[in-house]
Amino acid sequence: MEVQDQESLGRWDGLGSRDASSRTAAMENIHQEVMRKVEAIGPIPAQAPLPLASGSPATSDLNDILAHLLMLSKRCPFEDVRERSIRLLRAIQDLGVRIPRPLGNGPSRFIPEKEILQVSKVDTRTQSIFEDAFAALGRLDNISLVMGFHPQYLESFLRTQHYLLQMDGPLSLHYRHYIGIMAAARHQCSYLVNLHVNDFLQVGGDPKWLNGLDEAPQKLQQLGELNKILAHRPWLLTKEHIEHLLKAEEHSWSLAELIHAVVLLTHYHSLASFTFGCGISPEIHCDGGHTFRPPSLSQYCVCDIANGNSHANHHDDLFGNQELCGEVEVLMERMKQLQECRDDEEASQEEMTTRFEREKTESMLVVTAEDEECVPSRDISRHFEDPSYGYKDFSRRGEHVPTFRVQDYSWEDHGFSLVNRLYPDVGQMLDEKFQMAYNLTYNTMATHKDVDTSMLRRAIWNYIHCMFGIRYDDYDYGEINQLLDRSFKIYIKTMVCSPEKTTKRMYESFWRQFQHSEKVHVNLLLMEARMQAELLYALRAITRYMT
Amino acid sequence: MEKMSRVTTALSSSTISGKTMFCHLDAPANAISVCRDATQVVVAGRNIFKIYSLEEEQFVEKLNLRVGRKPSLNFSCADVMWHQMEENLLATAATNGAVVTWNLGKPSRNKQDQLFTEHKRTVNKVCFHPTEVYMLLSGSQDGFMKCFDLRKKESVSTFSGQSESVRDVQFSMKDYFTFAASFENGNVQLWDIRRPDRYERMFTAHTGPVFCCDWHPDDRGWLATGGRDKMVKVWDMTTNRAKEIYCVQTIASVARVKWRPERKFHLATCSMMVDHNIYVWDVRRPFIPFATFEEHKDVTTGIVWRHQHDPHFLLSGSKDSTLYQHRFKDATRPVDKANPEGLCFGLFGDLAFAAKESLISSDAKIKPYAGGDRRYPIFFFKKPDLTEQFAHVSSALSVFETDLDSNRMDWFVKTAQLYLLSGKPFAELCDHNAKVAQDLKRPQVSTTWTMLRIMFSDPANVTTPGPNHNLSKLGTLPLMNSFSMKEIGSGMGSERGLERSKGESRQDNIHLEPGNSHISNNNEENEETEGSEGQADYMFGDAELDDDDLYSMEHDNQTEEQEYTLPQEAFQLRHEIMDNPSAPEHLQQDKADSPHVSGNEAEVTCLTPIESFSLISISQPLFNPHLPASFFCPIVREMLSYYAEQGDVQMAVSVLIVLGDRIRKEIDDLTQEHWYMSYIDLLQRFELWNVSNEVIKLSTCSAITCLNQASTTLHINCSNCKRPMSNKGWICDRCHQCASVCAVCHHVVKGLFVWCQGCSHGGHLEHIMNWLKSSAHCPAGCGHLCEYT
Repeated sequence: MEVQDQESLGRWDGLGSRDASSRTAAMENIHQEVMRKVEAIGPIPAQAPLPLASGSPATSDLNDILAHLLMLSKRCPFEDVRERSIRLLRAIQDLGVRIPRPLGNGPSRFIPEKEILQVSKVDTRTQSIFEDAFAALGRLDNISLVMGFHPQYLESFLRTQHYLLQMDGPLSLHYRHYIGIMAAARHQCSYLVNLHVNDFLQVGGDPKWLNGLDEAPQKLQQLGELNKILAHRPWLLTKEHIEHLLKAEEHSWSLAELIHAVVLLTHYHSLASFTFGCGISPEIHCDGGHTFRPPSLSQYCVCDIANGNSHANHHDDLFGNQELCGEVEVLMERMKQLQECRDDEEASQEEMTTRFEREKTESMLVVTAEDEECVPSRDISRHFEDPSYGYKDFSRRGEHVPTFRVQDYSWEDHGFSLVNRLYPDVGQMLDEKFQMAYNLTYNTMATHKDVDTSMLRRAIWNYIHCMFGIRYDDYDYGEINQLLDRSFKIYIKTMVCSPEKTTKRMYESFWRQFQHSEKVHVNLLLMEARMQAELLYALRAITRYMT
Repeated sequence: MEKMSRVTTALSSSTISGKTMFCHLDAPANAISVCRDATQVVVAGRNIFKIYSLEEEQFVEKLNLRVGRKPSLNFSCADVMWHQMEENLLATAATNGAVVTWNLGKPSRNKQDQLFTEHKRTVNKVCFHPTEVYMLLSGSQDGFMKCFDLRKKESVSTFSGQSESVRDVQFSMKDYFTFAASFENGNVQLWDIRRPDRYERMFTAHTGPVFCCDWHPDDRGWLATGGRDKMVKVWDMTTNRAKEIYCVQTIASVARVKWRPERKFHLATCSMMVDHNIYVWDVRRPFIPFATFEEHKDVTTGIVWRHQHDPHFLLSGSKDSTLYQHRFKDATRPVDKANPEGLCFGLFGDLAFAAKESLISSDAKIKPYAGGDRRYPIFFFKKPDLTEQFAHVSSALSVFETDLDSNRMDWFVKTAQLYLLSGKPFAELCDHNAKVAQDLKRPQVSTTWTMLRIMFSDPANVTTPGPNHNLSKLGTLPLMNSFSMKEIGSGMGSERGLERSKGESRQDNIHLEPGNSHISNNNEENEETEGSEGQADYMFGDAELDDDDLYSMEHDNQTEEQEYTLPQEAFQLRHEIMDNPSAPEHLQQDKADSPHVSGNEAEVTCLTPIESFSLISISQPLFNPHLPASFFCPIVREMLSYYAEQGDVQMAVSVLIVLGDRIRKEIDDLTQEHWYMSYIDLLQRFELWNVSNEVIKLSTCSAITCLNQASTTLHINCSNCKRPMSNKGWICDRCHQCASVCAVCHHVVKGLFVWCQGCSHGGHLEHIMNWLKSSAHCPAGCGHLCEYT
């Protein structure tokens, strides 16, 4: 029996190889095995196709394999594997077995599949990044595919994530995945939770923990509070929270472990933002990514329906575009004006402060579309406690929280040194990733070329930090009002503060003329800015604890 | 106010005096600067902008420049500088990007003089020209440096670093036109103030941001830089390419660096994270700070030497809202507390040890060992450099060499191969192993085996060693050895002597009685070594390399242990002989006195045939009932631990296996497992696979035996359908045929089955052998070229 298990785990390993012949061999093995399994189920009566997920372990096992094959046929960066998988699936179908089909359209619900660089026709650089990722994980997740719009960033992102999850670090592997699950669950991001539940079990995690945080070790339970605050109201984090974690007798965390955990938590909080912001669909081989039902039953993915999206939306856009064709030009004009007149009109200090306050307050008024408390599905909610705890506007809080001045505690000067000291190399990687996200530009805006977008990027970055109460002394917050229109602000606010409420309509209603790749770019900015904001608060608390 | 500005008196450096003192500020400081005559200091921060005067005993607040009901961000300072020529002139860099100058000579409360808002981002640094009154330079986060003429309303020139974030700008002390700028991307640029279009020179100084730089006050070519990569580097800029001449590695990112006046090689640093101390380094001694100031309780943000020609006072401001004056005399000197000692192993087992000379010399009188001079004390003397104020430490380096032969592990391999661990009666195994050890010149081990035989042999087996001894003359030696040893031991009444003689007798097996003088010699040496301090340990460490030549030293080491183990051993020997025989009749009770009897026996074994042996055994059975084999167990247990600790885990495991149940229960399973694992690991490193397997097989620890049961599954394909066989048995569950059919005779093979790994065909071993003698192809006719090896 043991042999069997190992076999099934190792089954897909060969496919990640760069050597074509070993891929062929691995594929051959899978072929034989699938055939064996199909035969094991016995002769199939032609009229009655396999019942869906019938209880027998053999069937469900086969179904898992078929789902995986389906994923390979769509997502594998190697042409030969894709072809063979398709052929194998067809062969099985010919034997009368019902094969699965993918639900939804491509990796993202917001972006048409054909827009997302098809794995087969990407440039060589992206291709090699994809191959590396596939070799490392045995899959190419939808997040990576969507990020494939920006290969430079993707490379940095994957390297960091790989280091955080797989390489040397103070926390054991299953802890890392579990913390990932905790963080993603905070935002009810079922996509990330599913992904990491699989990984968690694969590295030997105790399935009992998945029943809820209560079943996890005391040590992890204590992290729950930090997770909660960090995800929704990081400015409330104090050194007492840190002390509580570090001085808990036998369940206490070490500083290095805590830094690792904090980086993981912030990484997954912000990744959850990205996931919702780009409407990432479930992985094909995970639950909800495929179905064995015949296609006639439903045309749309369940989630699309739930979000109130229909194909009709696209027609609206056509009309909308005509009205708003000047949108990009207006934005560019404003940027130019700001560039020119900034010297003329010198705002007083009071004025500057008011502008920051106004932006802060306004960000509060930007209300997310559905305000009613949506009850998270039980499945996810068991991973965290206190589901009612959510984002509360920074400025609306009764108690006065002092503004966080970046000049007093910045990532470059302070955060980096602390992280690098306690968790070597990660500081460097995060630094690169932040810089990559902040400085990434192609000097284009929609159809216009040679545009200096630095002003716009800075406005977005600072707006997000503003929502977390972080202020740059040297920034005129009036610029934000000029550059970011209301629908865009709504989108940003929703995505950063309560990403689970992001809808396709929101995604479509901002920056209509911009390309999808640019919207993904915006998402990357949002994600990194959010991560940095959370990290700054957490690291400041740790620094205060240490001094 | 007018008065105050006139306080400037020409203080010469000699008149500056004071003590280590501090005062509380209302808010964290970001930067401090001192006026030229060292009487006043300005402190600037986000919420503070004040001038303090430096009195003999205390700081006195002179002026608060932060005026107005709601102070603007222009007062939120990232940096401040007091002009070194014009004592009324100050400049600050504001976090909102403004550069502000302040004129203390102004009559109004608000001293703000000029306001330049040309930078788009936070200004990190301002710097006055050291000799020119009206020239001010600023460096900002937006990547630009601007030069202002204070007589004009705006900048006279702008320098673009073509990169993000200028962290520091400094005018050269000696070159009128030159200034240096350090950047967040790790670069340092040199500019000529007359040429704003392009930098003169650029080089990468650090990985990550360069937070600070400082020109040497006297040496025109030297520039010190400090970065986030925790390094301080000193660059020689006189050459064509900037050359790194010194590098100091600190423990945290370097926020500020300032050369110490009047001391060419000294500089002070502080960090912006984690580490709150201020260090003064001698760049020539980069591994230990010359002096440390440990007063601050939060990170130090600004440091400045009080007077540009006085090296004795340092001022510092900190996030903990204090302003300190440090007197150099009060600094802690880490070098006093440091242990200048080092220890290192060489590739071939040599050991080098360096320690303070004073420590070494105390035991230098130890005489070299007989085995040859193994230590070469080398004394280093660094020529004292008068300019270097470091406490001089001279250390002595000792190198302990091991000669290559002694380090070889031949004996281990041979022993492992030759030892018998099972398959014969216990006594024979012991004798065999004793002989093996003897042949390899390991008398102690050999003796141990012999003793074990004597201790644990049950009477029925006693006779067996007889013939063994008779067969080979050599075989008697160990036995005699042990007896002679005991004689001496009892004769001297000293356990140590006994042990000594054991060691000695090894060197010369033929001499049964080593000279007494020799022994006493050893003892003297022994005591001497004991008297010596820490040093001695290292010699022993060396000896532990387990080489025979160092044997005597090894014993030195164990004197303490032996003091308690040996008495028992002496007992044991005495009784063990009585234990030997167990015949029904007890005839000679009196003869049980050990030395005598043992001597007897030795003779007998040599001279008489088997029968005499049994005679003797009959002759001394008396104490047998009182002394069962288990009586020795504690001693044997200690003996095993002793061997294991000595690194001879081979002996421990071998004895464990040979003794089997006799001793197993005495030693806890974990220890046993540990020994087994170590031994197996060693064996495998020497590629003694067979021996290691035998050990695994013979071990009784479940954790060990299971090593042999791992990965024993053999995956086979069905020879018909070529699919993997899943269930155990002969029938393939897919093609429903018998898989193991002989390809030659077409019968089912029961028993030895040989098959080709290439084509999965095979059959009876004999048939296939025969077939492949005549044909190269597979007998099944699949066309595969099978190979039988």
